[in-house]
Amino acid sequence: MSHLTAQEQILDFVRGRYPQAEIDATQDIFALGFVNSLFAMELVMYVEKTFDVTIPNEELRIDNFRTATAMAELVARLSPTVAAA
Amino acid sequence: MRGKIHHERNGADMSLIGVIGAGVMGVGVAQNLAQTGHDVVLVDRDEKILSDALAAVARNTRMSRLMGGPALDVDEVLARITTAVGAEGAAKCDLVIENVTEDWETKRQVYETLDAVCGPGTVFVVNTSAIPITKVGSVTTRPDKVIGVHFMNPVPAKPAVELIPGVHTSEETVQRTRDLLSAMGKKSVDVKDSCGFISNRVLMLTVNEAAYLVHEGVADAESVDEVFRSCFGHPMGPLETADLIGVDTILYSVEVLYEHYADSKYRPCPLLKQMTDAGLHGRKSGRGFYTYATN
Repeated sequence: MSHLTAQEQILDFVRGRYPQAEIDATQDIFALGFVNSLFAMELVMYVEKTFDVTIPNEELRIDNFRTATAMAELVARLSPTVAAA
Repeated sequence: MRGKIHHERNGADMSLIGVIGAGVMGVGVAQNLAQTGHDVVLVDRDEKILSDALAAVARNTRMSRLMGGPALDVDEVLARITTAVGAEGAAKCDLVIENVTEDWETKRQVYETLDAVCGPGTVFVVNTSAIPITKVGSVTTRPDKVIGVHFMNPVPAKPAVELIPGVHTSEETVQRTRDLLSAMGKKSVDVKDSCGFISNRVLMLTVNEAAYLVHEGVADAESVDEVFRSCFGHPMGPLETADLIGVDTILYSVEVLYEHYADSKYRPCPLLKQMTDAGLHGRKSGRGFYTYATN
């Protein structure tokens, strides 16, 4: 398994898609101006696949995907063991 | 109305609607119809394509609220969609929306079959970004009931379509189609029948030229798109758009324009051909000008 925390893995994924932007864990990626809602869909798929969780419909809100921190908190709520690893 | 399926029924949406072609556009059209209370039969060539299509409808419906749309009940949407293998599956439909590949031979064969199996009153809606509607009408026995609608992707999220009557399309067909579009939550922009209509005469040349910039090494895809986003304020650059539409679909559309107008300004970029051959079709294949997370 990865040695990186959930937040670090998510941040790596986001930075990999937008290498020209400077993005930290608290950056609202949708406020950057060039990230659209289609990327939110990719984030859902990435988070579910990487952390082996199913995000319930009530958690599929854009606010849960704005920052790497918010996504890591979502993962922690859904899968406490991943968050603790 | 958030989160509710519209159960009101009026005129145009009373009947079963056929959706031919279960690719990116067919999936979007079927979902849009189902979430606005229409019963749909989704048709394609084999069961695998259809089961993948239903999975895509379920996934996209689930993501609806995240994408800025209404919150939807996945089971309610799926319950309105049945599937069938072969165009004969649309025989009982009063209106058919066709979304097969932008390839004339493929479309021609589909329309010959539909014309043979559907009742004489069935309206054929051609979902195309480039193929002339009058040409489609000419291979059927009902050119008055053939009309073009250019849906945009992702279909449920886009508020407008191009509406294109052919030379022989009747006013009744235009009105019936306009009513259905309205029931689907779509505004219609009227365009005369001219290959590529408004959108693709401009967009395909832009995407093709953007591909040439990458092909010639003038700039990478990120830089091309950055100019459109940051300098022009477009929400997406032309190459991100190509990945969303499908690189293979872009190539077909440019080839259709090239063939129709016999004008070298529409010559397809060799990079589009190579990417299409290599299976780098964009979002739907996980990689195009960019690489995507797939599930």
